Amino acid sequence: MSRKVLVIGEVRDNVLRNVTFEAIAAAKTISEGGELVGVICGDGELEQLGNEMVHYGSNRVITVQNEKLKAYSSEGYAQAVLQVINEESPDAIMMGHTAIGKDLTPKLASRLEIGLISDATEVEVVGGNIVFTRPIYSGKAFEKKMVTEGIIFATIRPNNIVPLERDESKQGNVSTSQVEISDLRTVIKDVVRKTTEGVDLSEAKVVVAGGRGVKSDEGFKPLYELAEALGGAVGASRGACDADYCDYSLQIGQTGKVVTPDLYIACGISGAIQHLAGMSNSKVIVAINKDPEANIFNVADYGIVGDLFEVLPKLIDEIKQLKVNA
Amino acid sequence: MNIFVLMKSTFDTEEKIVVKDGRIDDDGAEFIINPYDEYAIEEAINQRDTNGGEVTVVTVGNGDSEKQLRTALAMGADKAVLINTEEDLEQGDQFSTVKILEAYFESKEIDLILAGNVAIDEASGQVGPRLAERLTIPYVTTITALTIDGDKVSIERDVEGDTEMVESTLPLLVTCQQGLNEPRYPSLPGIMKAKKKPLEELELDDLDLDEEDVEMKTKTIEIFLPPERESGKVLEGDIDNQVKELVTLLKTEAKVL
Repeated sequence: MSRKVLVIGEVRDNVLRNVTFEAIAAAKTISEGGELVGVICGDGELEQLGNEMVHYGSNRVITVQNEKLKAYSSEGYAQAVLQVINEESPDAIMMGHTAIGKDLTPKLASRLEIGLISDATEVEVVGGNIVFTRPIYSGKAFEKKMVTEGIIFATIRPNNIVPLERDESKQGNVSTSQVEISDLRTVIKDVVRKTTEGVDLSEAKVVVAGGRGVKSDEGFKPLYELAEALGGAVGASRGACDADYCDYSLQIGQTGKVVTPDLYIACGISGAIQHLAGMSNSKVIVAINKDPEANIFNVADYGIVGDLFEVLPKLIDEIKQLKVNA
Repeated sequence: MNIFVLMKSTFDTEEKIVVKDGRIDDDGAEFIINPYDEYAIEEAINQRDTNGGEVTVVTVGNGDSEKQLRTALAMGADKAVLINTEEDLEQGDQFSTVKILEAYFESKEIDLILAGNVAIDEASGQVGPRLAERLTIPYVTTITALTIDGDKVSIERDVEGDTEMVESTLPLLVTCQQGLNEPRYPSLPGIMKAKKKPLEELELDDLDLDEEDVEMKTKTIEIFLPPERESGKVLEGDIDNQVKELVTLLKTEAKVL
């Protein structure tokens, strides 16, 4: 059965987030040959972004323009996307499980009185049904879940579904839709950027994480340096956050973020069960710890028993060398 | 102010997960207040102490959830409500939970509802925003600071590490993020007082709901555990060589560089 799938695109700093392309790939599986329709909300020039969604597999894209959509708000975006949903009557809707995805999709699902499967890591067609796999108990277990009636609606976790190959020769209609947005009750006054340039922790392919062994906020410096050399992001254990070495927004674990990068480098992290829940589904895990008995070594693919302050500078040099030679 | 907290009982974070007959085995498991809901309870108490009013903690759960509600009362909440679905509902999803909460809140005067931004078990993060939509009140998720001045509410929220300054109005629903506050431990006098505080127990029938009204829109067809990670290779030799070997392994064996 072919399905028409709507993919809600997400723009950050004027570019589409990678998870949008991953959502298109997931939508492709769900569509079973049906049409993929992208939607982008914003204000100003959105055609380029629309074309980019086409290059990644959308058959066409609808851009919704309104000055009230310049910055994200659940109320504004919900009105815009609901209008598109009403016009298009899709069989399925997909979005990334990001801060905006988490904030917006429950509102849409609630308004439409439909189910929503959040944070899926895999999508498959089983006997004609669309089945999603999602982690529960922070990745200590997984469940396979499906929608029993109505529109199939899901968000996907960044970094788990491989986007389709970008193809610039792909053509598709990018149309503009006007929408009336009523007054917003919640308004963003200001945004304080605290994150390092570029790489978002939940989308990072490489995560360098520090624990109590890092000893101070100063101690995080070599971790940032290594992350930068690898094009990755820095994370932390609860211990490091509780000790005020870094901001809670960096925390990885059962309370905190769950990450699944290609490479996870744990520095001075003992490996409490709550931390493991947040990172043990990473593809490759490296542990650097002074204590050879540390639990983190039980899940690590590669371990170095040693002082992270001795190991990291050498590792940074080696990585830089590698990049120069590449 | 009429302040409500949505609370969920969850597995203790220390618990290992065991799957038995296709379901999570909760036999003998320790339950706690969902850690993010603790921030919500703490914040509700602080807001009441600043602005006056009453804090009611509401949970959709079973008879065992009473223990976590008593803990919330011991922390300082004034009233607790247990909507017990044990006998009516075999399973539910976020749609079901919100349908039940919507029916509960229908007759209530609401100024502020606080919830955790996510529960550490099912981790959908849907219930707060879904409920706000049903009640047609605004919501702000993952908040890290909350100041109420009359009807005006100033909020800081965590957006993937950045901080957004937001203004909104009452009535309002917020979901709480780590960093909002330090949840208190119940004091001994608090625990004694909690025993006498009102804990109302409701069933679907009391909310004029039957099973059909809250029938879930999604279903779980399988639960499984991830493959156990085997411990890998602990490198040997002096640190210089270990680092060199690590980089080579990451490049050639793991192919992640």
